[in-house]
Amino acid sequence: MIIYGVTLLAVCTLLGVAIGQVLGTLIGIPANVGGVGIAMVLLVLVGSALQKRGVLDIKSEQGIEFFSAIYIPVVVAMAAKQNVYGALTGGPMAITAGVTAVVIGFALVPVLDRWGRESRSEEPTETLTAEESRHV
Amino acid sequence: MFDALLKVSTTYSMVVGFAVIGLIMWLSYWLSAKLTSGRIHGSAIAILCGLVLAYIGGVISGGKHGLMDLPLLSGIGIVGGTMLRDFAIVATGFGVNVQELKKAGISGVVALLLGVLSSFVAGVAVAMAFGYTDAVSLTTIGAGAVTYIVGPVTGAAIGASSEVMALSIAAGLVKSILVMVATPFVAKYIGLNNPRTAVLFGGLMGTSSGVAAGLAATDPKLVPYGCLTAAFYTAAGCLMGPSVLFLAMLAITGHH
Repeated sequence: MIIYGVTLLAVCTLLGVAIGQVLGTLIGIPANVGGVGIAMVLLVLVGSALQKRGVLDIKSEQGIEFFSAIYIPVVVAMAAKQNVYGALTGGPMAITAGVTAVVIGFALVPVLDRWGRESRSEEPTETLTAEESRHV
Repeated sequence: MFDALLKVSTTYSMVVGFAVIGLIMWLSYWLSAKLTSGRIHGSAIAILCGLVLAYIGGVISGGKHGLMDLPLLSGIGIVGGTMLRDFAIVATGFGVNVQELKKAGISGVVALLLGVLSSFVAGVAVAMAFGYTDAVSLTTIGAGAVTYIVGPVTGAAIGASSEVMALSIAAGLVKSILVMVATPFVAKYIGLNNPRTAVLFGGLMGTSSGVAAGLAATDPKLVPYGCLTAAFYTAAGCLMGPSVLFLAMLAITGHH
């Protein structure tokens, strides 16, 4: 049943976010420590374990895939509720600071990528295409 | 009559949200195909539309939540709220390749630390260029360039003025929105086309809304990889901001 997939997704999300929130409290910071990330790892591990045992049928998977599929519309809605006006009227310093941080971040992506490859250069890098078929 | 419509739109707010977002999506994919013959991805145009509408909403209402502050369109806030956003992000994780994640593991952590540090340094440098000299203001603005959550959290912890806090939030907002808009256009120049660079990208940029939207507009397959590292970014920033980074700024400015 579709609801089983949705429930699995819900339980993983709640567990992950709860763990992240507790971690934050334990460290003493007012932020969720990786809740979404933890939830995602939980879903991957539990999901693949259930798949192997044949517990998770196609109908159940559809429950997860639906929310995965409405991800982009959700993000568009998220964009529509951003404080764009506040960002653009924040003054030249705020804009320069934000832009500089982004430019440096973009520039560091290829640098780190190369650095990571050199540190284990014996490994071939062409591993992408095989799992392309199992897309989100 | 307006009251009657308002009643419908508040009772069925989420349904209104889905209807409006669906229309934006349809229009954006149509524009993508007609005007750019698919060169600019429909999702990139849709996110841009969302941001433009958010700006208009902000101008009309004077509020902080974009289109959501318009009474008839409050449902956008539910569809694009934290709950559904995180629920959908976790759902995209179902297609993740565990092997890819393991391979990117350590560089993901490096990217996370370097991301917080580089954004902070960028923010501090710009604040210095604009004439700030005290450690508290410099740290708060630097933290704002990390994310718009890290900024006020750090500022509150070290006692920044509300004016500086507002600036740090604005810097974080600019970062988040620029990541949403620019990522699909920059992607091919920085090699953002595989899970490994997506993990690095998520760690370096960190702003979860920026990464979520930027990757969605670039290639939805990359979303879970970037969002996974980005999920730890704000926490890392909140941890480092009022502690290590503030101490470093105290040492540099020579105040105690």
